[in-house]
Amino acid sequence: MTAQMVLSFSIWLALVVLCVSFLMTVWRVIKGPTLPDRVVALDMLTGIVIGFIALIAIRTGFTLYIDIAISLGLVGFLATVAFARFVLSRGGREGPPGETAKAEMIKALAAPVPETRRSPRKKPATGTGPAVRRKAKK
Amino acid sequence: MIDGFLALLTAFLVLSGAGFALAAAIGLNRLPDLYTRMHAASKAGTVGSGLLLLAVGVHAGDLPTFARALAGFFFFVLTAPISAHLLAMAAHRVGYPLHAESVRDEMKDYDKRI
Repeated sequence: MTAQMVLSFSIWLALVVLCVSFLMTVWRVIKGPTLPDRVVALDMLTGIVIGFIALIAIRTGFTLYIDIAISLGLVGFLATVAFARFVLSRGGREGPPGETAKAEMIKALAAPVPETRRSPRKKPATGTGPAVRRKAKK
Repeated sequence: MIDGFLALLTAFLVLSGAGFALAAAIGLNRLPDLYTRMHAASKAGTVGSGLLLLAVGVHAGDLPTFARALAGFFFFVLTAPISAHLLAMAAHRVGYPLHAESVRDEMKDYDKRI
């Protein structure tokens, strides 16, 4: 059993293990009761995909994949920071655990349309336009 | 000889990285609340992907590739705590609760102090 055979077998084993952990993380994304749980799981998902990219880089021998992995890590970091800001600005609006998204959607659909326009302004008896001013001069 | 040694080292790094990723995924599913899940995802998950990147650098066997892989590893190690800390702070300030068995919340009156 040469070293290359050991390497190829361990890459296969690592692919299988990464697949299992990917599926478990997806399960947390689906199940996670709150939004930050899902964000943490998505961050973890990015890390696992970086691991997949590294394994493919070893198998094919293209070292260019390292740059792709680094840029994916950068995107994942920025996405997590943006989600943290979103969690902060959204506040703790959370329904009963389990049907959060559905409850949010129902609440958003059932809420009355906010009144944006103010009540119509009464027209002043005497305008201030140029024609009125001209008339007043006369 | 040296090729065989590098291949064995790569195999070890690949297997340990995948093991760390699996541990992180198990922790993500088994731990009770958001703040403890964050430990698993941001420590073990980062080490897992970092070790796999290092394996690419070791397998390539030349210095520029290894330096790039090392730079990627340090990038992940630097950014993961920042994002995890930011998310934990946002979730805590908004008011997501700790698990009932948590013994201590040192940031309970953080908002009052500032």
